[in-house]
Formats: sequence, structure tokens, C-alpha cells
Amino acid sequence: MEKVLMKGNEALAEGALIAGCRGFFGYPITPSSEIAEYMARKLPGLGGVFVQAESELAAINMVYGGSSTGTRVMTASSGPGISLKQEGISFIAEAELPCLIVNVSRGGPGLGGIQPSQADYFQATRGGGHGDYRVIVLAPSGTQEMMDYTIEAFDLADRYRTPVMIMAEGTLGNIMEPIIVRDPVEKFYDKPWAITGCKGRKPNIVNTLHLASDFLEERNRILQAKYKLIEQNEKRAETFLTDDADVIVVAFGLMARIVKKAVMEARKNGVKAGLIRPITLWPFPDEHFKKVAETARMVLSVEISMGQMVEDIRLSVNGRVPVEFYGRIGFTPNPEEITQQLLLLAEREGF
Amino acid sequence: MDSEKQVLFAGFGGQGVLSMGQFLAYAGMEAGKNVSWVPSYGAEMRGGTANCLVTIAAEEISSPLTENPVMAIIMNKPSLDKFEMKIKPNGTLIINSSLVDRPPVRDDLKVLAMPLTQVAEEINNTRGSNMIMLGAYLEKTGVVKVEDALKHFEKIFKGKKESVINKNREAFLAGVEYARNNW
Repeated sequence: MEKVLMKGNEALAEGALIAGCRGFFGYPITPSSEIAEYMARKLPGLGGVFVQAESELAAINMVYGGSSTGTRVMTASSGPGISLKQEGISFIAEAELPCLIVNVSRGGPGLGGIQPSQADYFQATRGGGHGDYRVIVLAPSGTQEMMDYTIEAFDLADRYRTPVMIMAEGTLGNIMEPIIVRDPVEKFYDKPWAITGCKGRKPNIVNTLHLASDFLEERNRILQAKYKLIEQNEKRAETFLTDDADVIVVAFGLMARIVKKAVMEARKNGVKAGLIRPITLWPFPDEHFKKVAETARMVLSVEISMGQMVEDIRLSVNGRVPVEFYGRIGFTPNPEEITQQLLLLAEREGF
Repeated sequence: MDSEKQVLFAGFGGQGVLSMGQFLAYAGMEAGKNVSWVPSYGAEMRGGTANCLVTIAAEEISSPLTENPVMAIIMNKPSLDKFEMKIKPNGTLIINSSLVDRPPVRDDLKVLAMPLTQVAEEINNTRGSNMIMLGAYLEKTGVVKVEDALKHFEKIFKGKKESVINKNREAFLAGVEYARNNW
């Protein structure tokens, strides 16, 4: 199969087109802008719609509208832009509309910087906006996965009628790697709920205002049942050399590949390290931690943040094994830095 | 030769540092290798130096980042100041001596220098400096074979005018020749 050298952001955008996405609504921001640029070039020729909105708030509400017609639609942004979109995401979650939201994330808080970051983990995995809801969050680790997970995200969104988020630290959007371009998606879903003009049928209504207490609670119970189902079916993680490992390192995204190299280097130095890489950040793959909580002597969370995923890891191992944290912000730690941390940890703990 | 090589390209923005790395990544891919290209897209791009890191490997690339590349192509002095200490022990430094006015401090590195401005002026193609450097680099190191890189020139420069492609090829070959005669 012939490979093509592509930038992560472009691979993601092409993946969206392959998945049949025909609406993009966004407002440019580094380091995600190439996604909008790519869609602006390609969508009009495919009969799709590209709108550079006047603001992020407008963009997410265009996604809300576009999705309610049954069309596959998306938006992409970074940190501060995703914060602005939270109100709309909450509405879309309650309206049970499928869509893709991409966060090519940069350092915060505030305007922060444009350097890669994973510090939007809490925002992504706890819903992000108001009310009791969650979005499925996928974390690719390379250019091929930027494409593949985008295709997968549209499928999950339609299958569960829910917004799906892709969270990728900024480097992933800008790195180039050879990829295999996938075939166009042919499996689509019936959408009897879509607003398509109600000739000959009952009108479909998209509404998230529920003033009656009973109905509000019922709506919440329906959403929670759906999230339960997603938790049962969709937890995903990659494991590497975990069976005999004394220390399990946990990392997601590109960071996980950097850690993988550090794990191999640590083993060359006699430290038995392993890796768990969560692929779904929500639902968090807690089951992958059950076994290592019995066999490993320590878990180390490595994040480009001041420590967020580490809380989910602690919930997953539930006190059965100590969990430590190593993080940077503004910098992506290199494999050499992580190897060093692992060797220090092994020396301190005597394994 | 190691099965994985990580090469840093560094210089001023506008010296073609990022496209030099992209060319190498393309050429490596066309030669059937695994490659990755990581640009510095952070704040550093706006002030002093631009740089990118290319990894070429026979196996799957785990980390496309490294603290210690085995080779560096250094196009100006600030880049030498910033990266000299980071290169792997016994690594290779390729230096544009037209814009770097000091020798490296370390004595374990293999240093290959070229007065790039002068070489470019000789072929009347100052805009092709980056391709001259790349040609010399590939001739000397064989990270990707010169013949393989030349074979894929049209493909790599797809969409560019033929005159532009020829100019770049000419520059690339001038670099190859410089390396043959001087390194």
C-alpha cells in the first residue's frame, strides 16, 4: 500500500472527509488551524459547507444546527477556543446529536501559549460544560491515528448519538509521518430523529429546555443509561510490557510514544518498566489497571500538564499500588528525560 | 549504521530549514524507510531559530522526539550555541561556516564545515542554499542514497514549476560535489 507523507492536522481533516463529514464550522487558532484550512479547500468541491464563523460560540452552534439535520459535521479548535465552545457542547450532548469536536491542545490557563499540552484533560473527560453529561474522548498518538480515530469518532458519534472529542497535543497536529489513506466510509446510520422537513411524518423537535422536574430527571436518567452503555463497550487502551513490570508508566497521545521509548531504554538499564496508554480518555480504561495493581510495585503518570489523568489512575487502582506523577508544561519531555526519571525512581525504591 | 537516525536541522527562519527536513523525510519514505518530521512550531519560531527533527528508521518509530540527536545540520551561530551540547557523544555536526564564526567547543564531534554562502554564490543560487547543504549531507552520510533522492525529485517537488525543480536539483548536486571534493 502506498504511503503518503501528511501533517497530523491534514490527516485528521482528510479522515473527516473520508468519514463523510460535509460540514465544518470553526474559528482559526494555533495549533489547530490547518484543519480548518484543509476543510476550506476541500469541502466546497464535495458539496459540503465550510464556514469560518465570527466566533467559537457561533461555530459550535452551527455544529448544533448542522448535526440536527443528520449531516456529519465537526469543529476544531485549541484550548481557549474549546472553552468558549463548552456551552454549545452541553446543548448538543443533551439534544443527543452526533458531531466531532477536535482539540489540538496548547498550554493554558488563560491564553497560555501555543506549545503542546495535555492540560485540557479534566475539561475533556468531565463533560466540560454545565450539567451531567460526558463526551467520548479519543487520544491518537500519531499521524495515522489522527486519520483513523477521526473516522472512528464519526461512527461512535452516530452510534451513540453523542458528541465525540479528539484530543491531541499540539505536536500531533504539526508532525509529519507517512500514512495509508483509508477508503471512503460506506456504512452510515439511519437518522429518523433528524430535522429533514417533516412532509408525511410527525415533526422532529430538537430542544433542551425541560422545565418540568419529572421530565428533567427522566432526561438525565436516559443520558446516564447511555453513558453506562458506552462505559461497558468502548474502554480502550494499549499495553506494552506490563506483565512483569515493576513500574507501570501511564501516558496518552504522542507522549505515550515518547514513554514507550523510555520504557525500552529503562529495560536496557535493568529496570522492568511497562506502559499503559489510554486510547479512550473517557470512558477511562480502568479495567486495564486491575491486573497491574496486583503485580506492579508502582505506577507513574507522565503528562504534559500539572497532573490530571493521575486522578483517574488513582481511582482505577483504588489504593492498591502507589501512584506518582511526573509532568511538564510548555515543554514535551523527551525520552531521555523520562528514562532518567524511571532510573531515579528505581534507585529510590530499590527495584 | 544504527537502525534509527535522528537528525536536527536548525537555522534562521527563512533559511529553508523546515523544507530541508521535509525533503529528507520524503526521500526517506520513498526509499522505504519509516520517517517522522517534527517542526518547532512554538514561540521559538517567531524570534530566533527555526528547527525540525527528522527520524529515519528501519523499524517502527516509537518516539519522534529526542533530547540528543546523533547529527545536526547547523545553519547559523545561534543554532550552534543552542544545540552543540545536546548532540550525542561522537555525533556529527554539519556547519554553515559562512554564518558560524566559531569552532565547536566539544572535541568528540565529527565536524564538517562548508562556506555555504560562497558555494551558493558560485552557482548563482543563494536561495538554493538549503538544497546545497542537503546534497552535501546526503553524499557524506548516506542516510538516504543520493541516487534515491534524485530519483524522487519530481515527486517531492510535485506542483512546483519545472524551472524551480531544476534550480533545486542543480543546487543539490553542487552540494554533492562539494562534499566529494572537500569532506
